[in-house]
Amino acid sequence: MRIESMLFKQKKFFTRLRPAVCGTAVFLAFMLALPAMTVKTTGVAGALWGEMSVQAASAAEAPAAAPAAAPAAAPAKKDEKAAAKAEKGPEEYKPITPPKLELKDYPKIKGFNSRITVWFIAQLHLFFGAFVLGVPIFVWVIEAVGYKTKDERYDNMAHEFMKVAMTGFSLAASFGGLLSIALVVFYPHFMQYMASVFGKVMIYYALFFFVESFFVYTYYYGWDKMSSGKDKLIHLGLGIGLNGAGLMLMALSNSWAAFMMAPSGLDESGAFAGDVWAAMHSHLWNPLNIHRFIANIAYGGSLTASYAAFKFLTANTPEEKAHYDWMGYTSFFVSMFGMLPLPFAGYWLMKEVYDYSQQMGITLMGGAFAWLFILQAVLIGAIFLSANYYLWCSLGRSNGSARYTFMIKPMAVIIVTAFLMWLTPHTLVMTSQEITKIGGAHHPLLGKFGVMAAKNTAVNTLIIMTFCSFQIFKRSNIRATGKGFWAQYGTTVQIGLYVAALTNIFFLGIWSYYIPASTRIGLSVPQVTTTLMVAVLSSVFDVFIFKSNEELGPPKWGSMPVRSQYALFTLTVAFTWLMGLMGYVRSAIRQHWHIYTVFRDNSADAFTPTLPYAAAIVTGIVCIFIALVLFMFWMPILASKGNGAEEH
Amino acid sequence: MERKKNSLVELAKILVFALIIMVSFAGYAKFGIPLVIPAPPPVEEKITGAVTMDQMIAMGDKIFHGKGTCTLCHSPVGGRAPLLEQIGTNGPARLKDSRYKGKAKTVYQYIIESEKDPSAYVVAGFGKPGTNDTVSPMPMTNKGAIGLSDFELDCVAAWLLKTGGLPLAEIKPPTGGAAAGAAAAGAAPEEIKPAATAEEAFNKFGCPTCHKVPGLPEGGDVGPDLTKVVKLAKTRKPGMSAEAYIFESITAPNSYVVKGFDKDVMPGDFAQKMTVSEITLITKALLGEK
Repeated sequence: MRIESMLFKQKKFFTRLRPAVCGTAVFLAFMLALPAMTVKTTGVAGALWGEMSVQAASAAEAPAAAPAAAPAAAPAKKDEKAAAKAEKGPEEYKPITPPKLELKDYPKIKGFNSRITVWFIAQLHLFFGAFVLGVPIFVWVIEAVGYKTKDERYDNMAHEFMKVAMTGFSLAASFGGLLSIALVVFYPHFMQYMASVFGKVMIYYALFFFVESFFVYTYYYGWDKMSSGKDKLIHLGLGIGLNGAGLMLMALSNSWAAFMMAPSGLDESGAFAGDVWAAMHSHLWNPLNIHRFIANIAYGGSLTASYAAFKFLTANTPEEKAHYDWMGYTSFFVSMFGMLPLPFAGYWLMKEVYDYSQQMGITLMGGAFAWLFILQAVLIGAIFLSANYYLWCSLGRSNGSARYTFMIKPMAVIIVTAFLMWLTPHTLVMTSQEITKIGGAHHPLLGKFGVMAAKNTAVNTLIIMTFCSFQIFKRSNIRATGKGFWAQYGTTVQIGLYVAALTNIFFLGIWSYYIPASTRIGLSVPQVTTTLMVAVLSSVFDVFIFKSNEELGPPKWGSMPVRSQYALFTLTVAFTWLMGLMGYVRSAIRQHWHIYTVFRDNSADAFTPTLPYAAAIVTGIVCIFIALVLFMFWMPILASKGNGAEEH
Repeated sequence: MERKKNSLVELAKILVFALIIMVSFAGYAKFGIPLVIPAPPPVEEKITGAVTMDQMIAMGDKIFHGKGTCTLCHSPVGGRAPLLEQIGTNGPARLKDSRYKGKAKTVYQYIIESEKDPSAYVVAGFGKPGTNDTVSPMPMTNKGAIGLSDFELDCVAAWLLKTGGLPLAEIKPPTGGAAAGAAAAGAAPEEIKPAATAEEAFNKFGCPTCHKVPGLPEGGDVGPDLTKVVKLAKTRKPGMSAEAYIFESITAPNSYVVKGFDKDVMPGDFAQKMTVSEITLITKALLGEK
């Protein structure tokens, strides 16, 4: 009853819901209509998609466009199942073959380039999607911390994070609707085939939007009503529902992206054999799910950090500044919490790409896209540098920071060296005279930094140093006063841990130069494990150390310099640009295939874009996104002018 | 009013700051990283006429270094797959290896088998991790993303055998458009009619396989670009007319080899294969005459 009254008695309820509902409705309408292409429908949907259904039927009878690749048939067990299902006979299931398209089969809309239009919309949808899937995860955690500690500040902050995310929901849904329209308009045959394979999944996907919408609105608008006692537990339950529905939406849509890269559930001729689960469960589905799940948290954190930075810069009172400084720090912490394991999730994804298709893996890392990863290193380096800069500025908040500032310079040197090592290419672009002088395409010294042995060592060092910066910031506000073991020797144990870890990482890095490539690849695992061990063990040690020592007073929230807030903006922009770049490479690695090895792209845009071309497009997309995000941040201020005061 | 003004100024500052960062990244991608132009979508090498062994070898070279994506692994960089330059000595040794369980009896058959079923024999140290060199990471080159036709596989085999100094007798180059198709289907070859148009003549003799030819959308780069010959023909040999130069280049290709291209690549038997009307059609087309 209380939820009901909360939902329907608030005056502004429907007004607040309108934009989000409109966006969601458009998206839902298209997602529900898509599968209608492949089933015999009547009424409006039948009239709308009737022509496509005929095309789908004729496409099913057309000869195979291209035989399936070995990788497409790689998960033998699943494909046996798919083949067995197909063998049951035409009465039960008719295999669907991807059509062989020609240039004339791709609609042309004057004034629009099909690929660029879809590229812009899809990437914007992904940015907002990642944001709104990531934020509720840590909002729920912060709310749970507030509930457990009875500290209302956590609860208020979690609520404010959710407020920021709410505008993102309607924008994500609007771009999702637009993307569905764009795909149907520009790539009708492709969408027809995808719907013929994933029709059932698309319907579930659309239905999950209802579930997601239910939870998101009850969770956000029920916050104040369900703020204490058992109601709070119900509210936390709603948060679990919201995150569960969000994860399900992400996993379902990831299955389509993974299928396009590494198709499965197909028979020898490349025809879909009728087992939707086999098609969903492609080789790259789970690595993609894990990678995106972690990245969403990191990205959500970076965007809310930017929100807090904006509010910090526009704050009028010391209290406001203190509040948004704390909010910015928490968001930054969340972002780094996601960022630190992200390279390892990326490694796993790449390993699975190699396992699926060595040809795809090598094209990615050693072929046409190899230089892209140098740019990626620059971007991740920019993220880590800005993160460390923010942490070093954070020392100013602590009461005993003067004891640790001497460490900043040597740490900066190590981080910059690791960064430079990471972005050093293996093969240099030189004139023939330069090659003659050097004696080859590899520089005698720098060439050694261009291989994975050096890069793995560099990235692990970078992560360990960033974690060290964070620990120094935490440590700067305590004084050793206790007499127990952890009070007296805790720091020594931690220093020993760091030294041992770095020694191990460097030893493995150097050793890997002297062993065969197949063994060398395996050494990245103990290096990563060492880094994670440092993060986990050192955090556990911190708990004991903090218990045995005295705090030097509360942190001076609000005392951060303006430039530190720009470090947070750098983090967000670099992260967004990086996501755009990786979106490009994930798509481009399919090269001239809509669905790799199965459904060929014969449009005028089948060529693989060069890196500068992609960078220009990504910059355009990120510009629009940042402008929209800033507008999203500014809207509440505009609204508060009308209401007389801004809510906090 | 002061609050709103303040916010807008901060927004503008942040936007400019974000723009500077974004442009820096884009600038680095444009000016700091060497431009790599990915290969265009591959096109199947079509048999449009009689093809000589030399042409097949040239096409095999092109496929090996391009569409086939063979050099991604079969190259000294990275040591991901065996180097194939030693096929002359390695090929016979593989067939005698006790680990070899395939069906090939000759090196040619072994190459074709490896292209279609790479796991039939995996060179020690190059198998998928954990498979004890029983499963190859190489994709089947006649399927999937590479998808070479049987003719293209033969071209690659021809190039590899030539590189290894092995005999090419097992490879039978197609003898002509209709004949090739009929032979493939196991039927008796039909009589080949003379080409009626320049386009037919170009296709009949497989010119676009190696050259870019005026009026045809696609062409190879094994030989010189013939869309420019209209301007260059009369300057190639002092005192020789453009028409005479083209005639000589068709009937005796080694008499003048354009700088940057190799001798003995173009077949020298077109004088025996072409009719007078076909040579005339081709010459006129190259000179831009109707």
